[in-house]
Parts: sequence; C-alpha cells; structure tokens
Amino acid sequence: MPSPKPSPHGTPDSPAPRRLFTLLAGACGFFLLLDLVFRLTGFDKHPYLKWEQWPGFYGIAAFVACLLLVTVSRFLVRPLVKRDEDYYEKSSPDAGGKPDA
Amino acid sequence: MPDAVPPALIYLLGALIVPFLRGRFRQIFALAVPVIGFVNFYLITKGVHWKVELLEFELILGRADGWSLLFLHIFTVISFVGVLYILKDNVALDLSAGLLYAGCAMGAVMAGDLITLFFFWEMLTVGAVLCLLARKTPSSGSAAKRYLLVHVFGGVVLLGGLVLHLAAGGSTAFDKIELSGVGPWLMFLGFGINCAWPIVGAWLTDTYPEASIGGLIFMATFTTKTAVYVLARTFPGEPVLLWIGVVMIVLPLFYAVIENDLRRVLAYCLVNQVGFMVVGIGLGTTLSLNGTAAHAYCHVLYKALLFMAIGSVLYRTGKSKATELGGLARSMPATCLFCCIGALSISAPLFAGFVGKSMIFSASASGGHGTIFLVLLFGAAGAFLMAGIKVPFFTFFNRDSGIRCEEAPINQLLAMGTVAAISLLVGTFPHQVLYPMLPDLSVSYEPYTVGHVTDQILFLLFSGLAFTLMLRAGWYPSEIRATNLDADWLYRKGGPLFYRLADKSLNAINAAVGRRFLGKFVPGVTNFFESGGPRLACFIMTPIWAFQRLTPEETDAARHSVFRRARHGAFPIGITAFFAVILLGLLSLLMRF
Repeated sequence: MPSPKPSPHGTPDSPAPRRLFTLLAGACGFFLLLDLVFRLTGFDKHPYLKWEQWPGFYGIAAFVACLLLVTVSRFLVRPLVKRDEDYYEKSSPDAGGKPDA
Repeated sequence: MPDAVPPALIYLLGALIVPFLRGRFRQIFALAVPVIGFVNFYLITKGVHWKVELLEFELILGRADGWSLLFLHIFTVISFVGVLYILKDNVALDLSAGLLYAGCAMGAVMAGDLITLFFFWEMLTVGAVLCLLARKTPSSGSAAKRYLLVHVFGGVVLLGGLVLHLAAGGSTAFDKIELSGVGPWLMFLGFGINCAWPIVGAWLTDTYPEASIGGLIFMATFTTKTAVYVLARTFPGEPVLLWIGVVMIVLPLFYAVIENDLRRVLAYCLVNQVGFMVVGIGLGTTLSLNGTAAHAYCHVLYKALLFMAIGSVLYRTGKSKATELGGLARSMPATCLFCCIGALSISAPLFAGFVGKSMIFSASASGGHGTIFLVLLFGAAGAFLMAGIKVPFFTFFNRDSGIRCEEAPINQLLAMGTVAAISLLVGTFPHQVLYPMLPDLSVSYEPYTVGHVTDQILFLLFSGLAFTLMLRAGWYPSEIRATNLDADWLYRKGGPLFYRLADKSLNAINAAVGRRFLGKFVPGVTNFFESGGPRLACFIMTPIWAFQRLTPEETDAARHSVFRRARHGAFPIGITAFFAVILLGLLSLLMRF
C-alpha cells in the first residue's frame, strides 16, 4: 500500500477523502444506471429536447462543462489576464499618491 | 385595519433615526424597522396607491402587483436578515446604510412611474456607497469612489434617456417601452449598467469584495435585482437581452475559477446568476418571466447565505482568500453547515434554487432555444462548481491553514439559519410558499417530476466528480495571489490614462490661453479702463491748449494734472459739469438725426 502523498493542493491523500471519493463515484454510477433503466423501460421524463433523452445526458453535460471551464480558465484566461496582486495599487493615486520606491 | 404606508418611508425614516440612538436602543430600533416593514407588507393590497402631484407630473409611490410585491417581499426578508447579521457590532453607519439602501430598493420596485423610479434608482447608489465606506479601509474608500463614479455615469445615461424619451412624446408610465430611438436605448443601457452587463458591469466584481460584511448582503440583493425587476417591466422579450445574458452567464465563470478572493468568486457567480434572469427576460414568455421572478427570489436567498458564511469567516479570521484559508470546518462547524446549505440551495432538489432556476431552463427548452439551453447548462454547472464547491471547499475543507478561531457570533448564526430555513421551505413547498407570489398565475409549473429530480442529482454529482478528479490529477489550477484584469481596467487604468492625456492636452491649451489672454488681453483692458478716460480728455484738450498758446512744458503739466485727477477721480466740479454739458449737447445733436 503506497504511503499517503500530498496532492498539489497539499491535501493529504488520507482514507477519509478517499472514502468520500468512492462514495461520490458510487453515487454517480448509481444514478447513471438509473437513467439508463429509465431509457430502457421507456419511462417518460417529459423532455423538451431530444438530447435530454440520452441516458446520462445531464451527468455528462455537467462533467464536460466543468472540465471545459477549468481547462479554458487555466490555460487560456489566466495567462492572458494574470497580473501582480498589487497591480492597481502600484500607481493608484489613492494608495498614498506615490509609487513604491 | 390600519392602512399601509409606502415601505420606503418606513426604512428611510429608520435610516435617519438610527444614528441618533445609542446602545441597546439602537439595536432594538434597527431590528424593529424591518419588522414594521413586514407588518406593513401584509397590509398592502394590490392596486395603485400613494399618488403625489409634483409640477405637471403625477408620481405613483405604490404600484402593488405580482411583480412588485414579490420583490418587495424578498427585499423585506433580506433587510431583516441583514440587520440581524450586523446587529452585534451596532455600527450606526452600517445599520443606517442598510436601511437606507433597502428603503430605496423598495421605493424603486414599488414605483408606478419613471420619475419616481429614477429618484429611488439614484438613491440606491448612496446606499451602496455607504455600505462600501462602512468597511473603513483605504481600499474600500477608493472602491466607494469608483462605485460612485460608474453609477453617476450610469445615472446620467439613464437621465439622458428618460429626458429624450419624454421629449419624444413618451409617457412617464413605468411599463413596457419600445426599444427604438435614442431615448429608450439610453434608458436600456442605464438599466444595464446597474444590471452588471458585460463590460459596463465590471464595477460589481471590482467593488463588492471591498464592502463591509453586512453591506455586501445588501449590495448583493438590492442593486442588481432592482435592475432585473426594471428590465423585466420595461423591456421584456427584447432579443438582444438573450445574448447579453449569455455573455453574463459564461464569461464571469472563467474569472471565478482563477480568482483567489472568495468573496469575488461569489461576486462573479452573482453576475452569472443574474445572467440567467436576463436570459429569462429576453425569452419574454410568461413561463420565462415567472422563472426570472422566481429565480431572483431564490437567488437572493442563497447568495445572501453564501456571502454571510464567508462574511463570518472574514469577521473571525480577517481573511477571505483561498490561499489563506482552509480547514475551518472544525473551528466554525455551524457556519460551515450554513455555507453548505447555501451551496446546495444553488440548484439541489429540496432547496430554493431548484424550484426557481429550472423554470428558465424549461422556458428555453420548450421555446426551441437549443443553444441557449446548452449555455444555461454550462452556466449552471459552472456556478455550482464555483459558488457551491470551490468556496466551501477552500474555506472549510482542503488543507488545514492552521487558523483556529471562534464560531461566528450568535446573531450571525441566527441570520444564516433564518435564510437556510427559508431556502428549505421555499424549495420543499414551492406551491405553498413561492409560486402563489409569482407575477403570472396562469401558468403552472411542477419542478418535482421524477425525471427532473434524477437529472438534477446526476448533474450535481458529476460536477462534484469532475472537481474531485481534476483536483486529484493536479489539473485544477492552484490558487495563487494575483490580480486578474477585467473590464474595470478601463476606468482603473484607463481613467488615470485619460486623466493624464487630458492633463497634457487640455492643460497645454490652458497654458496657451493663459499666455495670450491673461498676459496680453487682460492688461490691455485694464490699461484702457485705467487711462482711457484721461487719454480721451487729453485728446480733446490738446487743440484747446494749443489755442490757449501754452508752452510745451505747460501742456505737459496740464496733461499730468488731467491724468492725476482722473486717477483720484478729482476733477473740479466746473470741469465735470463742462464735460457733462458737452456730452448732453452731443447727445441732443445725435437725437436730431
């Protein structure tokens, strides 16, 4: 068994979060299966759009959305907009009127 | 039964009296104001009340219908909760600002004509600026200045639009307005600035994190929701709103991911959620407009709850940045619980967000707006990921920051508990609590179908799964201390740049004018008025002196004497009379021609 190693966020990979993760993954699997059962049994979910009938559509949509959001933010938005924390204070007349010597 | 009074009146009077009270009296009085507001709310009957004649206009201070009463109700709830939240510290400025702000928002939503609306609309800015100043830090002071700057600009745009609209024969009626011509477009933009539209709404995420912890609850509620209300009344079904809403939903989320200050993360999510409402207004169907109203009501609840939870953390630790927080669940378990309820209230079944927002989804899907529907899905997943997972995770869980602090004070817990309870009540019994208050009662909506509930659970679980997997894989960007450029750059950097440009160009013109005007023209004029008279006199007298055969020396002496006498105003009466007679003679000669 590998020893607990810190993740990039410093979260120790201790048994408690691991159990939580297993629980989360299990719940995801269960509801995905349930949606598949709805589809196979022809249960009417009152959909408006055809995609809504695809089994697991909402789960996959959420997953893709989160992945897309984080990836674009990290690799496209952050390099473009990131500046020093005191970017506005440096030359602001409100911050004492003179820039740091 | 006593008659109701304009709710704004109660709150504005309260705001005026609060600073004159001290100690426990002030606390009791401040809390009594929203309680009276509540009693008053239930006395208001539907219809048009409180008309005032002003010049040629009839001002309507009370138009009570489904729309206005729904917003009045949630504003009253938040005014109570907000005052309760800041009651312990008993700061007159905070309490007074909150009551004033609430009163103006209520005045605006109850307004029955555009002039009354404009008055309260402008007063909202005063409330917000006071909420910013109440933080009493240098950065909140400059944020207040920026807030004022942007909103004064917005106010001028709105006023310009209103004047043009009235000049073009438009009425002062606060109803649907055709979006054609310069006037209505300017009004549209003026409303949009307060609604935090893209670019013009950068003031929101710029200034909100600088507000006091109590002030932020009021700010998160009143300004943008009043703007949503006004847009829903004046420009429902404008197609351009759909696309404005789409940008509002998508763009702020990218910033929320990389933002370190958790109060600013919530502010970005606030813009995202207001985007849903703007889309609902743009769709313009009865279902989507009901959805906008319901979502506004629910959104106010959970956003206030989340801002209160982070506010309590800031109150106890003095920190609100993800890099500085973490592992606070042990120190502040109750606050953590309320924050998680706030997170669930965004869209989980049994909580408020679920029964509000889903109406807008249904309206877009049933209207065949597939693209909009996908954007809404993206926005909902992102909002839950940010406000629902990121904020609680980096505050209360994640690695231990080493901070050990007390639980939030009892009044703050009570305030959070009240909102959490209302959220649960609204979410669990929407047909009893929320839906009877909606603007249009002709459409029925059922959020609790098996399909909808399972879909939503699937949706939330997979958002959580995505977050966990990305975090474990090191894909999720680490929180770092940074400033992220947004459209507020335009006035924070662009403003000073404009100032310097104006300084260089206008001051150069000023200096040139100074040289020419002050250096040449003004001395010339002064000289004329100082010695023009005696010069003229000498000009007339020289032939006379020549006629008298005076020597050049005597002529010079006479000339000096004229100048001296002119300077002291001391001509002998004889000479003055002589000139007067000449003048009169000349005048009488002129009269003949």
